[in-house]
This record gives sequence, C-alpha cells and structure tokens, in this order.
Amino acid sequence: MSLTTPSASWKSGDAVSDQFPAGLRVLVVDDDPTCLRILEKMLGNCHYEVTKCSRAEAALDLLRDNKDGFDIVISDVHMPDMDGFKLLEHIGLEMDLPVIMMSADDSKNVVMKGVTHGACDYLIKPVRMEALKNIWQHVVRKKKYEWKDKDLEQSGSVEDGERQQKPSDDADYSSSANEGNWRSSKKRKDEEDETEERDDSSTLKKPRVVWSVELHQQFVTAVNQLGIDKAVPKKILELMNVPGLTRENVASHLQKYRLYLRRLSGQHQNGLGNSFMSPQDPAFGSMSSLSGLDLQALASSGQIPPQSLATIQAAALSRATNKSSISVPLVDQRNLFSFDNPNIRFLDGQQQHNNGKQVNLLHGIPTNMDSKQLAALHQSAQPFGNMHINVHSQSGQSNSLLTQLVQPQSRTQMLNEVGSNQVLNLPASVGQPGLSQPIPGAVFGRYGIDNVRAPTYNSLSQPSSVVDFSRSQGMELPGNTIPLASNSGITTFTSKGMLQEDLNSEMKGSRSFLPSFDAFNELNQNRTEDWSLQNVGSTFETAQHSNVQGRLDVAPSVLVQPGFPSDQRNGHIRTTSVNKAAFSAASGLGNITNLGQQLTSSQADNSLRIKSERLPEMGFQNSIFPDQFGQEDLMSALLKQQQEGIVPVENDFAFDEYHLDNLPV
Amino acid sequence: MERNQLQRQAAYMRNTLFDQGYLDEQFLQLEDLQDEANPKFVEEVVKLFYTDSARLIRSIELTLENTPWDFEKLDKIMHQFKGSSSSIGAKKVKKECTQFQEYCKVGNVEGCMRTFQEVKQEHAALKRKLENYFQLAREAR
Repeated sequence: MSLTTPSASWKSGDAVSDQFPAGLRVLVVDDDPTCLRILEKMLGNCHYEVTKCSRAEAALDLLRDNKDGFDIVISDVHMPDMDGFKLLEHIGLEMDLPVIMMSADDSKNVVMKGVTHGACDYLIKPVRMEALKNIWQHVVRKKKYEWKDKDLEQSGSVEDGERQQKPSDDADYSSSANEGNWRSSKKRKDEEDETEERDDSSTLKKPRVVWSVELHQQFVTAVNQLGIDKAVPKKILELMNVPGLTRENVASHLQKYRLYLRRLSGQHQNGLGNSFMSPQDPAFGSMSSLSGLDLQALASSGQIPPQSLATIQAAALSRATNKSSISVPLVDQRNLFSFDNPNIRFLDGQQQHNNGKQVNLLHGIPTNMDSKQLAALHQSAQPFGNMHINVHSQSGQSNSLLTQLVQPQSRTQMLNEVGSNQVLNLPASVGQPGLSQPIPGAVFGRYGIDNVRAPTYNSLSQPSSVVDFSRSQGMELPGNTIPLASNSGITTFTSKGMLQEDLNSEMKGSRSFLPSFDAFNELNQNRTEDWSLQNVGSTFETAQHSNVQGRLDVAPSVLVQPGFPSDQRNGHIRTTSVNKAAFSAASGLGNITNLGQQLTSSQADNSLRIKSERLPEMGFQNSIFPDQFGQEDLMSALLKQQQEGIVPVENDFAFDEYHLDNLPV
Repeated sequence: MERNQLQRQAAYMRNTLFDQGYLDEQFLQLEDLQDEANPKFVEEVVKLFYTDSARLIRSIELTLENTPWDFEKLDKIMHQFKGSSSSIGAKKVKKECTQFQEYCKVGNVEGCMRTFQEVKQEHAALKRKLENYFQLAREAR
C-alpha cells in the first residue's frame, strides 16, 4: 500500500472548504496491480488522498488502525484472499464507511449483490475518470444525513449552528468541516448518504413486510423448531403460517437473521473494544458536538457514568464506524447514539445505506442493512441501531418504521441514522432537559439507523410528546402508535442495549434521534431499574435465545422512545414491537433494555449484552446493550412489557423492532 | 529523423492501433492521466500489465494441463485477466478473453484451448505494437 499524501493540506480542514472534495481520503483495494495503479492515478488527479492496497485483509487492518482515517473505500469484487462483498460487510459493520464496489463483471446478480450488501455504488471496470470524480457525493450524502439528524434534534445543542451549516449545501460542507469537523461531518453525511441510498432503493422495491415483534417471534420459533441449519424459507413459511407472507420475505429475513446470529457470535468479542472505544474519538467530531454534548450533558448530569458511556460506546462501536458517525467516536462517551451522527452505528455500521433506507427501514428496512445491520447490531449490541429504524417510521408512520427496523441491515443504518435523525432525537427534541439522551441517537448511529432517521421522523420533533409519554405512562409504547414518532423518533432499540449512554447522549443532542434514547439514558442512567424489560424478555425468551437476544437489540420493534427523560427511569422500557410503529418511546426504551438483558442472559456471548448493564441507566435502552443490562432485568422488563402489549422485539432484525414501550420514564 | 516526422509517425502508429481495434477508449483515459508529473504513465502502466498478465497466462496454462479441467478456476483467472486487459484498453485481447469465458461456461475444452491460443497471440501482438509505439514516442519527444 502506498500512501499518497495530498499536496493540499485539506486535512487540516482549513483548506477543505475551498477545495472540497479535494483531500477526500480514499482507500482503494484491488488485487490487480494494473488497475490499482490506474485508480491511484485517477483518484490522485481528482485531488483525493489515495491509499492503495492490494489485499483485503491488509485493507481491513489499515482501516481498523486508522479509525476515521478514511472517508470512502473502493474495492474490487473478486479478490483472492477475501471476497469483496465480505470486505464490504466488514467495513460496513466496523467502520461504517461508504464503500464502492467495482468489477469487470457487470452481470445483474453481482451488481444486485453489491446493493444488498450495502455498497453505496457499483462501478464496472474499466473504471473511467468520470466515475471516480463524483464519489465524494457518497461521503457527503452520508454526512448530510447525519447532520440532518442533528438538525432534527431540537435540543439546544451547540451544534445547531453547525448543523445548520451543514445541510446548507455541500459546498459549505467543507466549510463546516473546516473546523476539523469536516471528516466527522463528512462521515455523517456518508451515513446519511447511505441511508438515503438505501431509502431510495427501498422505495423502489416492493412494499416490505413489517417484521413486527410477533412476527419475528413466530419466525424465530419456526427457525428453532426446524433447527437453524435446516431452516429453509419454505419450511419456515409453512410453520409460521402467516397469510400474505411470501417465501421471499422469509428468505430475506432469514438472511438477516443469520447474519445477526453470526455477528453475535463473532462480533461480540471484538466488537466491543474496538474502534469505538476510543473515548475521544475525534471522529465524532461533528457528531460529537451534538452527541458529545448529549453525552456530556448526560455525563455531567451524572446520569451517564463515563464508564458506562464508554462501555456502551464500545459496544456499540465495536464496529466502530469511524466516521464521524457518532456512534463510534463518541462512543467513548458521548453517545453511542450520537444523535448527531447518524452514524451511530450500532449495528456496525452497516452501511448506512440507511439513509436512504430510512424510509425503508421503517417500512421494511431495506435489505441493505441486513448484513450490516445485523452485524452491527450484534457487535455493538447496538440495539439502538435498530431502533433507529423504527424511529424513522416516526414520521408518521411509526409503524412503518418499525417494520423497517425489522430489517437488520437497514436498521443498523437506520439506527444510526435514525438515531440521529429521529429516533434519537426524540428525546432531544422533546425538549426535555432531562432527556439529554443522546444515546438513542447513538444507538442508532451504530446500527446505522441513520437511515432511519430523518424522513420518518417528522413527528419526532415534538419532544414534548415524547417526554410526556415517557413520564406519564411509564412509557408504554403503544405498540402501534409509536408515540415516539411524535416525540421524535422513537427509536426502536433493539435491545442491544446499546447505548444507554448513547441513548442518553443521543437523546440529548440528537435532533432527530429518538428521544427515547435520551430518555433512557437519562432515566436510566444508572438505574437498574426494572425496565420492564419484560417485553424484551418475552420476546427473546422464546427464542432464540442467544440469537434472539441479540435480536432484541436489533429488534426492529424496538422503539426507543426518546421522550423518556425522567419518567423513564423506571425502567419501564418495554420493547414494543415496533412494527406498528408503536414506538412507545418510553416503553420502548425500557423494552430495549429488557431485551438487551434478555439477550444477554440467554446467550453466552454478549454481543447483545453489551449494554445490558447499561440498561438500568438507560432505562430502556438497554435492550440495545445487552451486556449492560442484566439480562434478567431485561427479561423481566420485557415480560412485563409484554403484558402491556408490547411485542417483543424479537424481530429478526434484531435491532429493529425494539419496542420501547415502556421506556422507563 | 526529424522530430516532427517522428511525432507524426508516432501519431500515425497510435491512430492505427485504434483503427485496427487493438486499443479502445480506455487507452485514452490512460493518456489523459499522463501529465508532466508522470510523463511516462501510460508506458508504466502497460509494463505493469504485461508483467502481471504473464503470471495469469502461466496460471491458465498450468490449469489447462491438469485434468479434469477446472472450468471454474479457469473462468476466474480469465476474469482477472480480462479486467486487467480492459483497464489498459486492450480491445482485441479483451474480446478473446470473453470468448474464452464463454467456452468455460459451457465446458468446451476444445473451444477453451483454441481461444486461449488467440488470447496469447493478441496479447503478444499488442505488446509488440505498443513497445514500438512507445519507442517512437520517446524518440519523438
């Protein structure tokens, strides 16, 4: 690999604004030396900062070692040491960077594979200069979404000003970056970008099935009955016996589920500590401002213990999307959810194709997110990530969001996004001072809820609603009315437990983040409340225990209800099946935690658990962080929630539908 | 020879390569990348291609020697080779590669063998022509 130092010191940020997209840090991976050299030259001519790499493993190492060191990755599909799509997945999960695939193969199924795995673009070789000139759009788009999320947040984070700048236009994008936030904002935009891309693709797709908690539960039951190895879509469909459900729906859901499981087992270990963990990850840069604020606010308020935040973040970040995605960088403390950063990749940065997906997520979470999201979910147990997904639906379709969340992949992205946009913001928007739960956003960030955000969360912006919600009812997320939506994006946390901190932080800062997250954080900050994980617990219990649990995080129906701020404390988090967009933000959060706990308990690996401990703090969120929250708590919370009608988030997507019915208020 | 004349000759040779279908517009892309900072960029890339492609050709030869023929592997290697060739604009070579892959798909050994010979021929022919061209271009500079 060779590092090409750009002549322009765009890194410093000062020059960036004027020269953007000059200085874009591109990592190009291709085993063909001829192509690699040509690409290097082409990208150099675009004034990008190019690093070339001939091996996928080396590229991953490079990315891991330099979190936030790259803005975008271009990779070949066919490589000897690792399949390009695998690399794509890894990157999405761990770093949440936009990835462009390229190949001489232009057959439809391969291109489709790129889409489903979350690539933000697919170039046919031989690659022309024109094709490379515009790759910066993917970075900007992602960040834009991130920022957008932030904007949605109504918290008075200082970032507002910044944020406003960002969306103003791409040209200014760099200017905002000047402050050194360029990267982070870029990252955010990347995430947003991804989300958007996802959305677009999903809108084109046929209507998605909303994988409600119940539905997911049925699915999981069926899968368990058949045995995970023998579970084929046809048989699962038969067992489920759900009218209107097609084999394809099941197949795609199964795929996500499998990814989720795989992630749970594989990621847990590495997820937590890495990338995200850097406490002061500058990557959060932009995010941090928002999310950081949240976290800080939370932290300062004593709500979020730094450690917990870190934990959450770590967990969430395991994927570490380095990008400014808030999720990771801030991880340390700020907000896993970094509302600001859509990147909260809980899910691992599934590509946040979420942005595009946001819309989709809600509706059925675009598949893009699948792998990533699932992975993301597991890794950082960013349940929230999923939650984002739900959050998106907020915009009014809370239900749809839920559905969307269901899709793990999209979820993650959505989560990130969502978190940032809507879900997480909920709390923030709520305007509840106490809420400052950036985490929800953070949570989402991780999962790439980013996608989730924005669009759906229109309604989220009403913090007040969220807040009330949580308080008064102990957050029951009416499973279908996603109150969050009104509040702001009830993020469905998937019990991943993520991010309590994130949530908190997210909540606070995130504009659009699910308020619930915030609420959770605040509420739960260190509470071991009983978040009424019941729902969560219930959902997972059945399942799929280990996997399921993880799912909680992802549970699409996890609704993170941002508005929980104080009320949620009681850990009322209920994970309501989001599918109906019932984001009972408050409860949702609670559920999430529950779920998180559940997840942890059942599974050996804590990928989900990550945040289970945190649950108490978050109150609800925990579902996302399975680790943090004691599973038992989650479980119980979930169970309790169930009664309330909250459907366990079981959704396959694991992160998606986390109904935060009972976000502890 | 006079420089002008050399330049004209080089230009003529270059145009012929395009006209006769040896090179396609991707080669133009390479030329566009050549600048004062990298005055021999095109030549450098072509050299890189020929070094690397020799390895791929050898790999295919070895695979063809083994029976039963592993068409999947052959297809894979050829895919790589094709990608590489297309990146420098080697039009005829690329065409033969595609043909080879078609034969692989249907498991036509005979076709594969025949086409592979064509691939090697075109590959070598282009190499010669480009070398001549670069030589002339250098002299004409």
